[in-house]
This record gives sequence, C-alpha cells and structure tokens, in this order.
Amino acid sequence: MGWQEIVSRALVRDIRAVSRLISIVEDRRSGFEDAYAAIYPHTGKAHVIGITGPPGSGKSTLVDKIAAEYRRRGKTVGIVAVDPTSPFTGGALLGDRLRMQRHSLDDGVFIRSMGTRGHLGGVARATSGVVDVLDAAGYDYVLIETVGVGQSEVEVASLADTVALVQVPGLGDDIQVIKAGVMEIGDVFVVNKKDRPGVERVVAEIRMALDLAGNVSGRSRAYSGHHGPTGATTGTVDATEVAPWRPPILQTMAESGEGVAEVCDTCDAHMHRLSEDGALVERRFRRARSETMQIASDLIWRGLADDRRALDAAEELAWKVARREMDPYAAGWSLRELIVN
Amino acid sequence: MDEGKKIRVLVAKPGLDGHDRGAKVVARALRDAGMEVIYTGLRQTPEQIVAAAIQEDVDVVAMSILSGAHNYLFPRVMQLLHERGVDDVLVVGGGIIPDEDIPGLKECGIAEVFTPGASTADTVKFIRENIKR
Repeated sequence: MGWQEIVSRALVRDIRAVSRLISIVEDRRSGFEDAYAAIYPHTGKAHVIGITGPPGSGKSTLVDKIAAEYRRRGKTVGIVAVDPTSPFTGGALLGDRLRMQRHSLDDGVFIRSMGTRGHLGGVARATSGVVDVLDAAGYDYVLIETVGVGQSEVEVASLADTVALVQVPGLGDDIQVIKAGVMEIGDVFVVNKKDRPGVERVVAEIRMALDLAGNVSGRSRAYSGHHGPTGATTGTVDATEVAPWRPPILQTMAESGEGVAEVCDTCDAHMHRLSEDGALVERRFRRARSETMQIASDLIWRGLADDRRALDAAEELAWKVARREMDPYAAGWSLRELIVN
Repeated sequence: MDEGKKIRVLVAKPGLDGHDRGAKVVARALRDAGMEVIYTGLRQTPEQIVAAAIQEDVDVVAMSILSGAHNYLFPRVMQLLHERGVDDVLVVGGGIIPDEDIPGLKECGIAEVFTPGASTADTVKFIRENIKR
C-alpha cells in the first residue's frame, strides 16, 4: 500500500491503515510529510483530553474507565498512551495497554502505545502527529496518557483541549501544590484512590492553591492578555461575560469506576465552555504556533547537522570556547551569522 | 530515508495459566536490546492478541504459554492473523512446549519456539535476524 491508499483508508477508520499511518508519522518514514498534509484538513474535530499525573496515580486505569464511559454514551475513543524510553538502550516497556485490553475487541476504541524516544516534557515528539491521525480518522475523543510526571512535564497542555491532572493522597505537603509547573495546567483535578487516608487534605490543598490563583485556571490566566488570531476572544475577563472556568476537584476510585462519569461530564463541560467563550480558538492557535515553531527549529537544526561548512565552523568555535579564547555566547552568534548568511 | 524505526514487539500471555515471570523476563531483555515492548499481560484471548498486534503495528508477536494449550492457541493466533491479512509479522512462542509439538507449531507459521533453558540473547538475535520488514 502506498501512502495515498493508507491515508484514504485511514480517513474511513480502517484499523490497519490507521495503525500503519501512525507508524509512518511516528517514525517519520519517507513520504510522511505528504501523508500528514493529506490528513491535516480532516483534523480539529476531536475533543483532545490529556490525562497526566505522577507514576502510579492510576492514569491508565482512569483512561480505561473514561473510555468505557464514553463508549457507553455511544462515542468513539482513540487513546495515545506514552511511556518512557530508556535513555541508555533506546528500548521501552510500554505497559499502559495492560489495563485497557478489555477494549481491544471494540472497534470504537483504538489504543496506541508510544515510547518517548528521548523527548522530555511528558509526551513523545510525535504524540501531536499521532493525535492528529486519530482525530482525522474520526474518533470523537482522543485521550493522551502522559508518562508519569514529576513537576515540570507540562507539554500535554499544548496538545490537549482539556487537561485532567490526577493526584493521589500521600505525596507531599501543601507547598507541593503551590509550586510552579504541572499544578498550573489542570483544567480538571482528579483526586484518585479516594478510599485512601489523606484524601480530604489533598482536596483542601488543591482548593487552597486554586483560591490563591484567583479562581482562574492557570492556563486561562497566563494567556488572558492574548488575542486570538481571529479576534474572536477579548482575552480580558469582563463581568458581563461568562465567569472564568474554575478547575473542579473531583474524587474518583478508578479501579471500581466510582466518579468516572463525573470526570467525563466535567471534561465535556470544559469543552463546552472553551467553545462558548472563544478560548478554544486561542488554545488551538497556541498549539499550532508551538508546533510550527518546533518544526522550523527541527528543520534548521537538521539543516545544520547536514551542513559540512557549519559543522567545521562549530568545531573550530567550540575549541576556542574550550580554550577560553571565546565565550559561548560570542561563539553562538558567530555560528548564527555563518548559517544565516 | 526512514528515521527512528524501532523494532516493536507485542509480548502476550494467551490462555489461562497465571505464570508470567518468563514473559516478563523476555520483555525486559527485549527492552534492554533497544526494542519497544508492548506488554499486554495475562489471560489474553487470541482475538485480543491479534487486535492489539494490529493497533500497535508491531513487527513481532512473542507469546508464552505454560498451560499446555499451545497446540490450540498458537495456531489460532496464526489463523486470525492470516484472516486479517497480516502476513508481515514475525510470530515466536515460548514456554513449556514438548519437543514433539514444535514441528507442528512451525508448520502453522510459528517462526521459532523457545523452551526452558533458551537464553534471552538467542531470542534477541533471532528476532533481529528474522523480522519481515
């Protein structure tokens, strides 16, 4: 099958074609840019939900149950489950699917496991492309399960319309929840394993952190000064407009499914709100901008790696820096001059 | 020119036995050999294994059986792969498999069978040398 046929079959959700197209995008196989260009006009319809949180917090189980709930409601679901790649061997053990296998015979659920392949930030470099393939294939929801995150892996926020941040009791004190980073990207907070001791404290601490943030989700606040490219958003919060989205704090027991329907309802409500107040346009514009900048930067970097003259110059400059004859910024500027001219 | 192609392997435990130590040892060894290993866990039906192999677009399906049901389960997986038109996936098996059963399993398309005592290095080598794409 050539890529044209794979694309046309993937667009009507032929499972093997979807799967093969994901591999083409993930491995950047020859022709992948043409294939991507062909599917891109069909993207933008799915509600993309990121599920992130620390290792062992129950993300996979929650994703499994969220998928089951959306299926019950007659919706189709694509799942991208990311696990870490070994920085030493390049290998990976992708184990998220283990908790989702009951969906494997359901054609309305497509599950794909990915290794991070050296990318930091909680997802793989190609996750964005895989999400686009599933979106183009017509899945109503695309769920991204990140690797188990620590404090600063926030990249899923630039891929997802809605971010559900999963927390569990017993991980730390109230200073953890007011630190910068991952706590700022949640549109929905899910306190999982609610049968464990300490659940009330986690909820209270998140509530306090949200109060300090002025009742507005981190992402909406951080970007409230921006105008969307269409001028559809005013950015500033006006009292006559809809009240700002305050991230709800939900309690679940993913293992039994308790609270999962509320998580789905809340994600839907968040999407509804984004569409209503114009923030969706802005979020998707930000995603497009960061993706475009990233690709341009990749291309420049790859062009540099192929450019013998630049590589020779870089080597010479590096020796000067190492011998303390030049500082690294001056060397960087010299190299830039050489590449640009 | 393809970039970043990695060998992807589905490690699965078909059937009802609950002994997955061997499958985990193999999964870990393949990971350490630089492969992406999708581990699907215990008690998988042949239908589930084939569906997962297709969605994950794997190069290899590695199955472990210790229950004695290999003469049914391995051929059943091969049959389902064939029915779905999947002919470019290398399928290997392992577990407690009597020597006299091995020729029949190879006959139906299982490329190799690794029995107790086989080294994981041999498994890695076999996969590297025999993947079909």
